[in-house]
Amino acid sequence: MTGNLKEKLSKTRETFKEKFNEFLRSDRSREEILEELSESMILADVGVTSTEKIINSIRQKSKKNDSFLIIKRLLEEELIRMLSQFSFDFNFNPSCSVIMFVGVNGGGKTTSLAKLAYYFREQGKNVLMVAADTFRAAAQEQLLLWGKRLNIPVIKGQYGADPASVIYDALQSFKSRSYQLLLVDTAGRIHTNINLMNELEKIRRVISRQIEGAPHDIFLVLDSSIGQNALVQAKEFLKFSGITGIFLTKLDGTAKGGSVISVVEELKLPIKFVGIGEMEKDMLHFSPHEFVKALLS
Amino acid sequence: MFDQLAERLQKAMKFLRGEGKITEKNMAEALRMIRLAFLEADVNYRVVKDFVERIRVKALDEKVLFSLIPAQQVIKIVRDELASILGQQERKLKFSSSPPSIFMLVGLQGSGKTTSCGKLAKWAVSFGKNPLLVSFDLKRLAAQEQLKMIARTLSLHFYEMTKEQMSHPPDALQELLKFTKNRGYEPLIVDTAGRLHIDEELMEELHLVRDILNPTETIYVGDSMTGQDAVKSAQLFEEKIGLTSIILTKLDGDARGGAALSIVSVTGKPIKFIGTGEKFDKFEVFHPDRMASRIIGMGDILSLIEKAEEKADLEEVEELARKLHKQEFTLEDFKKQIVQMKRMGSFSQILNLLPTAGPFGDISKIDIDDKKILYYEAIINSMTQKEKENPKMINGSRRLRIAKGSGRPVAEVNQLLKQFLEMKKMMKKSQFKKLLSSLPMSR
Repeated sequence: MTGNLKEKLSKTRETFKEKFNEFLRSDRSREEILEELSESMILADVGVTSTEKIINSIRQKSKKNDSFLIIKRLLEEELIRMLSQFSFDFNFNPSCSVIMFVGVNGGGKTTSLAKLAYYFREQGKNVLMVAADTFRAAAQEQLLLWGKRLNIPVIKGQYGADPASVIYDALQSFKSRSYQLLLVDTAGRIHTNINLMNELEKIRRVISRQIEGAPHDIFLVLDSSIGQNALVQAKEFLKFSGITGIFLTKLDGTAKGGSVISVVEELKLPIKFVGIGEMEKDMLHFSPHEFVKALLS
Repeated sequence: MFDQLAERLQKAMKFLRGEGKITEKNMAEALRMIRLAFLEADVNYRVVKDFVERIRVKALDEKVLFSLIPAQQVIKIVRDELASILGQQERKLKFSSSPPSIFMLVGLQGSGKTTSCGKLAKWAVSFGKNPLLVSFDLKRLAAQEQLKMIARTLSLHFYEMTKEQMSHPPDALQELLKFTKNRGYEPLIVDTAGRLHIDEELMEELHLVRDILNPTETIYVGDSMTGQDAVKSAQLFEEKIGLTSIILTKLDGDARGGAALSIVSVTGKPIKFIGTGEKFDKFEVFHPDRMASRIIGMGDILSLIEKAEEKADLEEVEELARKLHKQEFTLEDFKKQIVQMKRMGSFSQILNLLPTAGPFGDISKIDIDDKKILYYEAIINSMTQKEKENPKMINGSRRLRIAKGSGRPVAEVNQLLKQFLEMKKMMKKSQFKKLLSSLPMSR
């Protein structure tokens, strides 16, 4: 027994020693280490420009003989700092808030909206959803089915109707009853389609005319597998509809979602939630720490 | 979609052109630029690595170093490599010789499978087919409804799965097959649930569909905005399900489209269609060779290079280059140049091959009269050797004689001489000299 324990302890000591040694010195040069780290960043969709910028700052912060672990930790700290700069809070008005979801096609807007509706319902809020996607086939039905499943009311419109008019109707019932939160699902649109982007601007105008200060939050839904187009999209959606944060979806896959780093950095926008599955519970508050860990793994 | 990539690549090529001779050093710089261009366009890191290495090996080959225009050769290499990844020729969707043909669409959530099913069906109808649409997406809310609505919009047949059927997929699939055969639908287009590739359970479900239906084509639907992950997803679908072709979606955006290269290079399967909008007619057959040229932004200048290399008499070209160097360019040489060019086809044809964007923009817009240039040859032929060597001696009466000899008006003779003198003047300019010195003088 004693011998066994001793053996175990010495094994632990060995591993610790190994780790410690690795921590202290490295047989690789700093440049090799930085090269490896920038490779994993590029593979995580951080993008060449951002990667080079960040790696350069790490080069300055590190010492020449630093080991892999030390340099990696510096990088992690830097990335966490970048991602924690902006508040994750809601611009929330507890009695009356409107949250709008925007994004390109197939990003996961409707699913994310349903998750958020569920989240607030669980917190005791009185939630209403509106299906303002009057274009895509069965988009209305998709949200209606979610409403049925979560037992949350949904206002729907007719296909081909002006989405702003559907939202107008929704705002009327939202105001006349005791709802506290209205979640607005919009049709997916590619940001280069100027007419559709103008439509978003109109939707926002209609909302703000009905309720002062609304929409309180506008989430851009981004698929974590997206590449360098993320920043371009975010810029365009910011320009037309204004966005207050990112909802990063499908993070349960193998994609790392690194392209949001430049969105956060350049547009000064926080990532607020991440989607990690197809069920209503599959949503988490964004954690810079865990995101960065996964990014560099 | 590849505009930005094209722009960056062209910058690399411009750099090489400016360098004239290709050395290991400036090639390394050019390759660095090419590498960055591809990475910025979201092409997968490892795909880029391989790609750049292949270009490096080929470009430093002797034949390139000593060719007529080394920079252009490198462009050609890049283009050929791109084309060899994308596939040289367009490949048609395969229909079964014993109908029904079955097309199964697979891919990640939100890549555009269901919309692509509708587009594919509409495309099949356009040449007289009678497709049947069915959705095996049992997971996403309203997925069935979505395809059904699409079918209704396009006035197509939709096979509705009942709840009971859905609980016994193998039987349901057999029934579906029987139904399709009996009613004579062709092709059967099968939509499947979007899934993350790491979802084993759903992959099993896909296996089931595949094994029972035995699809003619298993088509991977890929989002052109995807980043580095494009490789992983496509690879897994290829490994687990086995793909035969690819549809690339959302090309109406401004994504740099590197996913296309990643997906194709990792699966080895051809892109057959691209989706360029939400409407059902926004669906195009994919032409890999054209796309490769478009990425390089070279129009069809590459076939021009090929033509030049194939048709030009190299010795003559070099002799010409030497003379240009020493300012000994005569009317005789001018004629030789015309003859050389003529071998490559008419001037207007050649100009049509030039891209309208980039450095050739202005030239390709010029309206050139082919005949006039042919007459130039005749006019020069009517001159004596002395006249050709010393055009200044061609006075009024000589001009009249030359005009008569060539059967052209004197005005044209005047025009030719004027143009020739202007050309010589231009050659003395420093810019032109620099260009000339970049041409290799001997091989």
